[in-house]
Amino acid sequence: MHQPTTEPRRSIYYDYRIHQPWLPSQHGPQPRHQVVIAGGGPVGMTAALELARHGVPCVLLESELQVSEGSRAIVFTRRSMEILQQVGVADRVTQHGLPWRFGNSFYRGQRVFRMEAPQDDNDRFWPMINLQQQYLEEFLVDACEASPLIELRWGNRVTGLVQHADHAVVEVDTPEGPYPLETEWLVASDGARSGLRSLLDLKLEGASYEGRFVIADIRIDLPLPTERLAFFDPEWNPRNTVLMHREPLNIWRVDYQLPEGETPEQALEPESLKSRINAQLELIGHGGKTWEMDWCSVYSARTLTLPDYRCGRTLFIGDAAHLLPIFGVRGANTGFQDAQALGWRLGLICSGQAHESLLASYSTERVGAAREIIDEAGKSTRFMTPPSRGFRLLRDAVLSLSLTEAFVRPLYHWRTSRPHEYSGSALNSAGDDNALFQSGPAHGAPPANVRLGADDFLLDHLGGGFDLLVFGATVPADVQAAVKAWQAKGLKLRVLLIGQCASAPGVDACLPDTEGRARARWGVRTDGAAYLLRPDQHVCARWMTLDAHRLSAALQQATTGVAP
Amino acid sequence: MNTPTGLTIGGLESAYDQLATAIDDVGPDKSELFLVKLALLAAQQLGDEVAFGELIAKAQRDL
Repeated sequence: MHQPTTEPRRSIYYDYRIHQPWLPSQHGPQPRHQVVIAGGGPVGMTAALELARHGVPCVLLESELQVSEGSRAIVFTRRSMEILQQVGVADRVTQHGLPWRFGNSFYRGQRVFRMEAPQDDNDRFWPMINLQQQYLEEFLVDACEASPLIELRWGNRVTGLVQHADHAVVEVDTPEGPYPLETEWLVASDGARSGLRSLLDLKLEGASYEGRFVIADIRIDLPLPTERLAFFDPEWNPRNTVLMHREPLNIWRVDYQLPEGETPEQALEPESLKSRINAQLELIGHGGKTWEMDWCSVYSARTLTLPDYRCGRTLFIGDAAHLLPIFGVRGANTGFQDAQALGWRLGLICSGQAHESLLASYSTERVGAAREIIDEAGKSTRFMTPPSRGFRLLRDAVLSLSLTEAFVRPLYHWRTSRPHEYSGSALNSAGDDNALFQSGPAHGAPPANVRLGADDFLLDHLGGGFDLLVFGATVPADVQAAVKAWQAKGLKLRVLLIGQCASAPGVDACLPDTEGRARARWGVRTDGAAYLLRPDQHVCARWMTLDAHRLSAALQQATTGVAP
Repeated sequence: MNTPTGLTIGGLESAYDQLATAIDDVGPDKSELFLVKLALLAAQQLGDEVAFGELIAKAQRDL
């Protein structure tokens, strides 16, 4: 029998709230559900909310009775914020989080590299924002509980799975014992130690790195800006690396690499933690300041992914699908993109707008993204924690050269998580004008935000279905008719006219582009150009001039993965 | 006819002596690190990662 703790977790800054477990005896017989999501972390909840946007109900199973322990994922990227905006929690993250865009690397007391993440006036969100994961989870829980389409079941743990051709039967254990739950689709968002991955005997592919890090959250008043700090080969921890991040509420994340041969148990001994954190504070000129420990853990970098995110009726997202190094904030930030990419496809399938074969492109796109991230993350991991004598020698040579030679300094760049461009996706239109554009987001690219007014951005108006962006003053009559025909079949498709218009026939919203910012960012030179965005806002077609025939062809391609 | 590149005999002898002296000066503990730094500086000066790869391959022969 599953007995999750009913004691609130300990924290010096976060008040954990215990939720009541969902018990089968208090509910009637269970119907076959369309979607069950196993794992109520940030990624699973985002998937549930994204599905709800498409009108599809789901059951969300969370084995614990409270949000996660410790701050865990603390850095969220701009693209993550854009996705969180889609599911309605970005405002709360902005309200509570600390935005930033600079990173600093230090060696022998000298700042040898400063990263400046670009910030465009057309972006609503900063490149990065820091917030403890408990808060993000709390905001997502509130959003899930406010949705009539999401049934969040606390204290429900998946312990068994039998897959059939058109459904799966999940065994769910609760504080009063197990019950069976039938579902057409099962989403595995049960994290790095995914029980579903084990139940299905699926193996992750890739590399694990030796270097282990202590992750510690302390409360301390430090008069420093919100910037990433990295220290290489500091005197108190020779050959190793130390990272520091500011979190809200005067909490600081201190990550430091363990000396070779030390076990996690040894590293987490209070005396060891205390002396090392004091040494690090000494290094940054704040030795002797009082501080309090909130949470600590040990972490090692891994770059692993499943080769296929679909296994029968089960679909993997987030850490259940891949394990990525924390350097470059790639864990949760990759997971949100998985959740969004899966959410709209399952939404279309469950509402009868697409065949399940559309899921093949989910796996192809997101496994491709994970492999790209692994390749990039591997480079920064090899620099942060050199895996062999050769890599260590080169890294040390670069550290030494960086004090005087500027050309090696870019090697300190940690290649921050960025959204994957699905350039080769089967959903991209074959017969559009993609190649004719000289700039703007190309096939498969994420959208480019545009400031339309004081607190008004293009991305505020997108999502929940396909978006057709038409640049100009009118939408051609044949295009209007084609849009109506697709809408009549039940497809969620909105038309946004971007220009100087007030209103026009066949248009859901008119967005003024008085300064021509949208045209510039989207590479549009003449009236009549158009972009088709998938429900995850990635570009799947763009045209210099749009006609009904090519619009229909693009929509068919984007909903089937096959050209008409 | 190819333009002759590389060092003269005298230049090569000078480079030979400079490198040997520097290896002795930095000592056994640091000579490996020193040589890797030197290789990176030379690669940057060369400005050609393919050519650098060929030099690595030549240096790997007959060890």
